[in-house]
Formats: sequence, C-alpha cells, structure tokens
Amino acid sequence: MREEVQREVPAIRLEGITKRFGNVTANDHVSLHVDHGQILSILGENGSGKTTLMNMISGIYFPDEGQIFVDGREVVIRSPKDAFRYKIGMIHQHFKLVDVFSAAENIILGLEEKGKYNIKQYTQRIRELCEQYGFDLDPSRKVYEMSVSEKQTVEIIKALYRGADILILDEPTAVLTPQETEKLFDILRRMRDDGKAIIIITHKLHEVLSLSDRVSVLCKGKYAGTVNTGETNEAELTEMMVGKKVSLNIERSKVKDSKPRLMVTGLSCCDPEGTKILKDITFTANSGEILGIAGIAGSGQRELLEAIAGLQEVEGEITYIQPKTGEKENLRGKTPLQIRDLGVRLSFVPEDRLGMGMVGNMDLVDNVMLRSYSKGKSAFLDRSDSRELTDKLIRELEIVTPSVATPVRRLSGGNVQKVLVGREIAAAPTVLMAAYPVRGLDINASFTIYRLLNQQKENGTAVIFVGEDLDVLLALSDRIMVISSGRISGIVDARSASKEEIGLLMTRNVKEKEEGGEEQ
Amino acid sequence: MTEQEAVIREPRFTIAKRTSIVWWKAWLIRLCAIVLALICSGVVSYLITRDNPLSIYAVMLDGAFGTKRRIWGLMQNLAMLLCVSIAVTPAFKMRFWNIGAEGQVLVGGLASAACMILFGETLPNAVLLLVMFITSIAAGAVWAVIPAVFRARWRTNETLFTLMMNYIAIQLVAFFVYKWSVPKGSGQVGVINRASRAGWLPAIGNNDYLLNILIVFLVTAIMYVYLRYSKHGFEISVVGESENTARYIGIPVQKVILRTMLISGAISGLAGLLLVAGTDHTISRDTAAGRGFTAIMVSWLAKFDPVFMILTSFLIVFLEKGATEISTAFALNESFSDIITGIIIFFIIGCEFFIQYTVKFKKKEAE
Repeated sequence: MREEVQREVPAIRLEGITKRFGNVTANDHVSLHVDHGQILSILGENGSGKTTLMNMISGIYFPDEGQIFVDGREVVIRSPKDAFRYKIGMIHQHFKLVDVFSAAENIILGLEEKGKYNIKQYTQRIRELCEQYGFDLDPSRKVYEMSVSEKQTVEIIKALYRGADILILDEPTAVLTPQETEKLFDILRRMRDDGKAIIIITHKLHEVLSLSDRVSVLCKGKYAGTVNTGETNEAELTEMMVGKKVSLNIERSKVKDSKPRLMVTGLSCCDPEGTKILKDITFTANSGEILGIAGIAGSGQRELLEAIAGLQEVEGEITYIQPKTGEKENLRGKTPLQIRDLGVRLSFVPEDRLGMGMVGNMDLVDNVMLRSYSKGKSAFLDRSDSRELTDKLIRELEIVTPSVATPVRRLSGGNVQKVLVGREIAAAPTVLMAAYPVRGLDINASFTIYRLLNQQKENGTAVIFVGEDLDVLLALSDRIMVISSGRISGIVDARSASKEEIGLLMTRNVKEKEEGGEEQ
Repeated sequence: MTEQEAVIREPRFTIAKRTSIVWWKAWLIRLCAIVLALICSGVVSYLITRDNPLSIYAVMLDGAFGTKRRIWGLMQNLAMLLCVSIAVTPAFKMRFWNIGAEGQVLVGGLASAACMILFGETLPNAVLLLVMFITSIAAGAVWAVIPAVFRARWRTNETLFTLMMNYIAIQLVAFFVYKWSVPKGSGQVGVINRASRAGWLPAIGNNDYLLNILIVFLVTAIMYVYLRYSKHGFEISVVGESENTARYIGIPVQKVILRTMLISGAISGLAGLLLVAGTDHTISRDTAAGRGFTAIMVSWLAKFDPVFMILTSFLIVFLEKGATEISTAFALNESFSDIITGIIIFFIIGCEFFIQYTVKFKKKEAE
C-alpha cells in the first residue's frame, strides 16, 4: 500500500518558490516536483539560481514566498535538521567533512542516537549501506587520506545513514574523473530503483541525458520548464537554458588597426592537488579588439588570467609583443613586478574584487594607490596623485561614496567595481583583462563598465573579457573564445555566432575529455 | 501558514555589524564602559573589604600618582610596555601572530648584560654602549627572523614557533644567570658593574629613567610615521589585509614578512637593552615580566595606532600600579589586584563589541 502512495504523490513538490537577496531575485516563482524512484536534473547556467533553490529545500535558506510539499504534506524547513526530519539529504559541492576524522566518525557526527557510542555497530551499518548500493569505502579510513571521489562517497552515505529518501546532489560530477562519474551514476541509478527521489544539479548536458528521467530548466532565476529526458535533445535543452536572445544596446565599433599583442601557446597548469586545470591553451589577443572568453564557471578562466598576470605557475609560452618596437617579451615564470619592469602595461580586473583586486578595509585613495604606490625613489608615500585620480574617477564614473576616506568594503558592488576598473584603466594598459567585471552589478553600472571596455578597445588596448552572460559576450566582444574543462573548444566570430552555438561549445569538450580518458 | 512560521522564527533581537560609527559615539561607549567597570569593581571591592569604594579608588590614584617617585615609576613602566607594544605592532598589523616578544626582549637584554659583564672593564663607556645597542638589537632581530624565515619559506605556524622561541630564550637566560651568578650558585646575577656603572644608560639631570622615556618616545614617533606614511608601512597593511591582493599588485610577500619581523625583533631587542642597561642593571628570567604578552593586548586595544598606544599602555600600567597599591593598603593579596584589573579590562575590551556591532530589538509586529 505504501508503494501506491509513493507512486501517486510526488516525493517533493515546490510551488511558486521565490527568494530575493536585496534587489536581486535569485528564484522567481519556481515550481517543480520529483517522484519516488526518479532522477530529476536541474539544469541552468551559472547564476541561474540552482543552488539557491536546493539550499531552500535543505534548510539553509528560507524562501520568501511559496510552498514545499513532502509526500503531499506541506512542510516548513527552517534548518538542515528539519530537512533531515523530512528525509531530505543534500550533498554540497564543497564537502563538509572533518579531515582528521575517519569516514565512519564523519558519518555519525551530529547524530543524537540513544545508547552507547559503539563505533563497531555504526561501522557495520555503514558497511551494509555500502553493499546495498555498491559503494566502495573503508569506514575506518581518515578523510584527509581520501580522494575527492571518496570524500563524496562519505557525504552520500552520510545522507543515506540519516535515512534520506530525497537526495540532492549539487554538481557532483564537477570534481570527478569520467570513470568516477560513471560509477557514481551507477550508484544513483541503483538508489533510484530502490525508490529514492534524486535531484542532481548540473550544467553538463550529456550527463543530464544519460542519467535523469526528467529535466527542469532554470534560466536567470526563472523556471523555464520541465521535459522528459527521452523526448528532448541537446539543442532544445541549450535553448531553454540560455533563453531567447536579448538584444542589448551595447555599441560595438569596428576593429581598427589590429595587431597581435599577446600570444599564448600550449599553456597548461595544475591546481595544488595536481589536477590539470588548463590544457594546451593557444590563442592570440590582438590590439584594438575585445576577446570574449565564455565557459562554465571553473573551467579554467581564472587560472588563465592569473597565469598571464604572473600569479600562476604554468607550462607553455606567454609572449607579449611591444606595441612600438614589435619586440617580443616572454612573460612566463615572471612575477607581476618583473612583468611591470619589462614595460608591459598589463591591467587585470580579477574576479575576486575585494579579496584580490583591492583591500576592503582600506579607503578609496589607498586602493587607487595600490598600483602606483611604489613609484619614485622616496621611501615615503605620495598620496596626492592618487587623491587626484580618485576624485577624477568619482566624478567621471559617478562613483557614489560618502568620501574618499571611506573603506571600499562599505561601497556597493557596482561602486567597488568602478573604482577597481577605473584604477586599472588609469594605468593606460596595453592589455586589459577583466574577469566577470559586471557580476552582481545593476544595469547602469554594467553599462558604465561596457563603455570603459569599449573605450579601451578604441584606444588600441587588447581587451580580454571573461563573461558569463552570453548576450553580453555576443554584444560586446569581437571574437569569443570558449573554454570547456580547461581546453579551448572553439573561437568564434562574435558578430555572426549564435547563443546556441556557444552554449553547445561550452559543454562540448567534456566528451572529448572522456574519450581521451578511455584511450589512456 | 508559512508566513506565520516565518514570523515565529524571527528572533527577538538581531546583532548586526555597524557599517560606520561617529567618533564621539565610539568614545561615549568607551566612557560608559569605564564607568561601568568602576562601578562593578567598586561593588566587588566593597563586598570583599567593606570599605567605601571611593576610598578604594583614591588609594588606586595614590598608588599611581601619589609621590614624585611613583609618577616616575609609572612613566618608566609605561615607556617599557609601550616600547614592547610598538615592537609587536608591525608584525600584528601584518597579521603575523608574533607572540614571541617576550623572548625577543629577553635575548636583547641578555646581549646587553653579556656586553656589560664581558667588556665592562675593558671598553670605554661610550664604545661599550654602542656595542650594547648593536648586539641587543641584533639579538632581538635574529630571534624574530628565525620564525619569519620558516613562515615565509615553509608556511610553518608562526604562533607556535614564536611561542617556543620564548622558552628557548628563557632557558638561555637561566643558563647564563647561573653562569654569571654572584655569589656563585646563588642563582642571581645581582647588579652588574655597581661601582663602575659601566654600560648603564646615563641619567639625564637627576633622573635615571628620562633617557629611557625619551628613546621610547622617539621610537613611537618613528613607528607612527613608518606605518602611516612610508611605502613599507603600506606594504605591511596590504600583506596583513590580504596576501592575495599583495601578490596581485606585485608586493614581494616573503620579503615583507622577513623585513617586518626584523624590525619587530629589533625594537624588542632595544626594549631588552632599556630594561637591562636603563632600568634593572641586572638580568633574570623575569626581566621581560610578561610585557611581551601584555603588549599584544595594548597593541590590539589601540588598533595598531602607535599614538593611541600611549593611552592604552598608560591604562594598563595605571591599573597594575593602582591595584597593587589597593592590595597593600587593604592588606589583601595580589590576586585582588588581578581581579580589579581583570574587571576593568573586561569592560574595556567588551565595549569594542558594541562599537563594532549594533543590537536591534525587534518590535512585536514585524512588517
């Protein structure tokens, strides 16, 4: 009889869920449902609100509007503990484990079970779970000895151990190799057959198609619809995901007098764990041109820019061509200081504005001074030039601030970004790199930034613009380079390319990687 | 239904970080804290001693300012604490948790004492003083740079490292105290060069401590300018706030860490010299007298502003002196003075919370 109930009523149903952060609507009336014994994929671009939505189911956020039903009953989930009570378990993208504890200790951590602490008994139950679903895990191993995929296994078992019937996995394959991904999918299928409801967040189309029963698509916080996996294809999903083309009124001047300025050849780099992040990147950035870089977040964009700026150890070649003399300078292996000493005017607007581009606790003048403080022989600072520049930036970019002596962390995101971009441009760069320069900015501030990038292009600067909004990338760039899993999956002409084309390129390379993996 | 639940989960009050506070409000809060601290310690004192709290405070003031000698003693103690506080400041501003000032002061003092004992009879006094200055400052600097090298190169934990360096310094001093003890085996060095006064910092006019105080004042002024107006000072702030930003704009982070610890240790070494050659004229394991740790509090309370540090170190020294006087005057043991000091410092540090945060009480009808 229980079976019947499960078949009729969705395991979990969301009705008109809305969540706002300030004036940003992260989820706008999203409704969806998952049945028992079903895998639902939630698909969407970066910032489309997937994780926010799942966080509301798992009790981390509380929705502003809307209802959540578990097994047909309306529930209020105020904390992760409530979520457990409704048998909802979430596996976060960033694992929440205690490194020095063993797998078993991590799994039982925080459980208030009656009786004595009997690790043997717990271990036994963990072993049973492993056998049931086909996990490969030694419960007594310490977490710090484990690989990423083993840690993920611990997280999943942790949820199952707490009796989770509804499992949410936030981009579980982002950190896995293709083989590990396959293994995980086998396990997920087995759990589905066991009657669990599984929600998996992803933006990899082929995974969606191979694993899930249904797909719900979010697009810029809005619910774009649900389709049965059997009745759809990559092209349709991409279109749902990227949305209809929005025409933006960004002026784009013709490329004039363009010459190679920065040549990157065969660039590769690894993260501290030794995983390859960039693989054999080769491209040229030309003067007087905006080169857009598109890709799913974390595909290596940050590493690429940091490598060029001298902040990453890399293999391969980075060559700068002096605009006047045409001399070639090798930038690889040089520190930012050495690069500057070569006379290379390289400006970089990093993704992490307050953590890297500026110092939040310092005031505007000091932040503007960061780039120029070391000029001159004197041992003392000369703040007068920076003060003038700051005043100029405030005037020209309409920066809203109580005074020049206000710590920048108190400014709004848009104003912070204007100070940062303004400072970087004031150095009269020959190469300007900007990572997600309009993230979190309102429309007016965004347009100020676009205008500044365009001005730089017209001045003959080679502009490299890493963006996430495809409409903007298409409207602003001259060429778009698409990165997927650390490889270039294509360089297209932004004037003729379509959104779908880029959307497909963003996910394409993953398959090649798999094939490569099998060959080895 | 969910809306009702949402109201229920609204807490009674919320604590929010202030974005800014007017300077006079911050001072008002601090003043309130001091008043509250005085009331609270008055109540405690009354309960224990049954004396009029006001008379207790009078005794406290008397203990600190009662006689000319006491005032000079207070000034001298203030200068010493201030000197060590100035020493730890650049390191803390860089977020380098240097809790090894105690050890750095001790080795500085040890170097001074060694020079006084070894060269006291051979070198002319001016040369001896110069040698003492150089060796003490060098000793303190070396003691601080060792953990800095390990931190910069291998990212070792500087807190544990500097702490352990303290123990090494203490044992080193203990060894030499035993070696130099007069009479042999007494475990005390006694006053070095009592007759010749070789290596003693000269008195200005009649005052033995004035030179100490002037030197510390000078160091304070220099540090203020250094942190605020020099390029080095700017680099220290950037490295302290965000190492990532420092790397991004091309500040050589390792070099800055080494350089700053060198300066920090050098000033600690100088403090050791002032204590041995300018104050005690002897050396023992207690020469630094915990100032290396108290200085951390002084520096933090002043938010790393050297000028403000004059105030905070005055406060601490005044409390110590006054509380000690209370203990003697009312025939209580030392612990009582610790209680009073503790209460007052608790309130002063605690009030910073209300300067950083505001507490808002929710009205019953939300929205």
